[in-house]
Parts: sequence; structure tokens; C-alpha cells
Amino acid sequence: MTVGIVVFPGSNCDRDVRWALEGCLHLSTRFLWHEERDLGGIDAVVLPGGFSYGDYLRCGAIARFAPVLEAVRDFAHGGGPVLGICNGFQVLTEMGLLPGALTRNQKLHFLCEPAPLEVRPGTCQWLKSYGEGEAINLPIAHGEGRYQCDADELQQLEGEGRVVLRYGQNPNGSVGDVAGLTNQAGNVLGLMPHPERACDPATGGTDGLRLLASVLA
Amino acid sequence: MPLFSAHVQVSLRSSVLDPAGEATRAAAARLGVDGIKTLRIGKSIHVELEAPDRATAQAQIELLSDRLLANPVIEDWSLELAETHGGQQA
Repeated sequence: MTVGIVVFPGSNCDRDVRWALEGCLHLSTRFLWHEERDLGGIDAVVLPGGFSYGDYLRCGAIARFAPVLEAVRDFAHGGGPVLGICNGFQVLTEMGLLPGALTRNQKLHFLCEPAPLEVRPGTCQWLKSYGEGEAINLPIAHGEGRYQCDADELQQLEGEGRVVLRYGQNPNGSVGDVAGLTNQAGNVLGLMPHPERACDPATGGTDGLRLLASVLA
Repeated sequence: MPLFSAHVQVSLRSSVLDPAGEATRAAAARLGVDGIKTLRIGKSIHVELEAPDRATAQAQIELLSDRLLANPVIEDWSLELAETHGGQQA
């Protein structure tokens, strides 16, 4: 089992994700530089947090055209598990693997705090070890995490059970309290909270461990 | 080949909250500028492009605007295109 961690210029959670996967879960990882195209031997892909390409134009807008993401798109369409955390979630929406967009937090502040969440795993592969309606706590750290889509789309996403993570106390103005979304097949998950920062009691809880460990099962 | 100059204006769709615009509006009131009903912040992008003719230039900039400069989920864009000669606006 090898997890590929995509590294863009400006990624800054790539090493945190490696630490969580290798140090806490004893998985092997491989960094995938943004110019790579070969995902051979990779069983799951993580798009980590950070500021890919300096967030120029819009968060994730430039990253979307990185060569590695052509391979990630094929990998996702083939059913491969793909996880986008924070900036990774923004990239997934920009590349159209998940609907909607992430915009500036309602109150403009960069938010860095624990976020109580409700999990509705449905068919999402990354959340299969969580119970329906389970309450967990994961840290958030973002300035542009306000999920936005139109009312019809939100209703459809809700109806399809794709709003798999919801804020208990909406911190950023996201429509529908959306903190995380999955695709129709359930193999792609995008979320603003950082599961890799909640994998050891020393860093504030372990609620993120099962999410990352789900790729093992 | 003819040179074209394009100004693309990108703005948040009216249905999308613009918190930075709201904060700026509040600051304007503190400056003493009253009566501002709307203040929305967007982006202005200037592009110079060589193309065989105006229709091609228009199509290229429209593609650029729709697929890269703006995200149609949250943003609208508009375009002004002109042919330039020797760096001067025609």
C-alpha cells in the first residue's frame, strides 16, 4: 500500500500528511511532484493543504492545470481513492471532480481552531469507519473555506448523501454547513478540516486517524 | 500577425457574498464617504494576444476567461477587445 502525496509549489501540509501516514499508520508514501505523470504503484492519492502556486488568481486555479492532475483525474475516474484536504479540496472543485467552489470566509479572518463536525459517511470510502451522525473534532486552518454552490445544487447534493461532513458551528459561512463533500462514486473526498493534524494525542486528538486509515481496509 | 489587447473584468456573481467588498464599504463610511449602497471587488486582467484575425482573438480570450480567469460557479466576466498597432490602442 503506497499513498501518493501531491506536492505543488506552495504546498505546506505535504510533510504533515507524510508524518501522519508513515509515522502514525506505518504506510508507505511517495511524493508526487506537480510535473509528474506516472502514478504507477500508487494505491491512493492525497492533495494536501497549503497555497499551491501562491493561490494566484484563485485558490487551486493554477494547480488545476498541473500535469500530475491529469493523471489524478484518470486515477479518480478509474475508482482510485483521492483525498483533498483544505487547498486540496479547493483544487478538486477547480478541476471539477467535486462541484461548487470555496470562497473567502464570511468574516474575512483566517480561522485556525478546532471544529466540531458531524459525519454522514454514506458511501464515502474515506469515511467508512465512522458511524452515521458521529460527532468528531478536527482542526481547521483556512482563509477561503466558505463553500458555495447554488440552492438547487445543494439540494441535489444533500439528496444524494454527498454532504458527508458538516460543521457543528458553521465557522465560515459555508452554505448548508458543508465541511466536506464526496463524489457520486464515493472514492473522492474533499474537506476543509485537516485530518492529518488529528492523528496523535500530542497534536490535539486522533479523530483524523480513521479517515486516513480507511485506505488500508 | 495582428496584435490584440483585451481587458477582462472578473466579478463575483451577485448572488455570492463579497465579504472583502463589505469590509471596504464599512471603511468608506468611516472615511466619511456616505451613501454607498454597493461595493463589490473584482479583478481586471489585461491580455495582449497575437491572432490572425479578430474573431480568433475573441474566441481565444473567451476560452481563457471562461476556463481560467473566472470560475463560472462563483464569478461573471466581461471582455473588451481591441486591435492594437505598435503598442498603441487602435
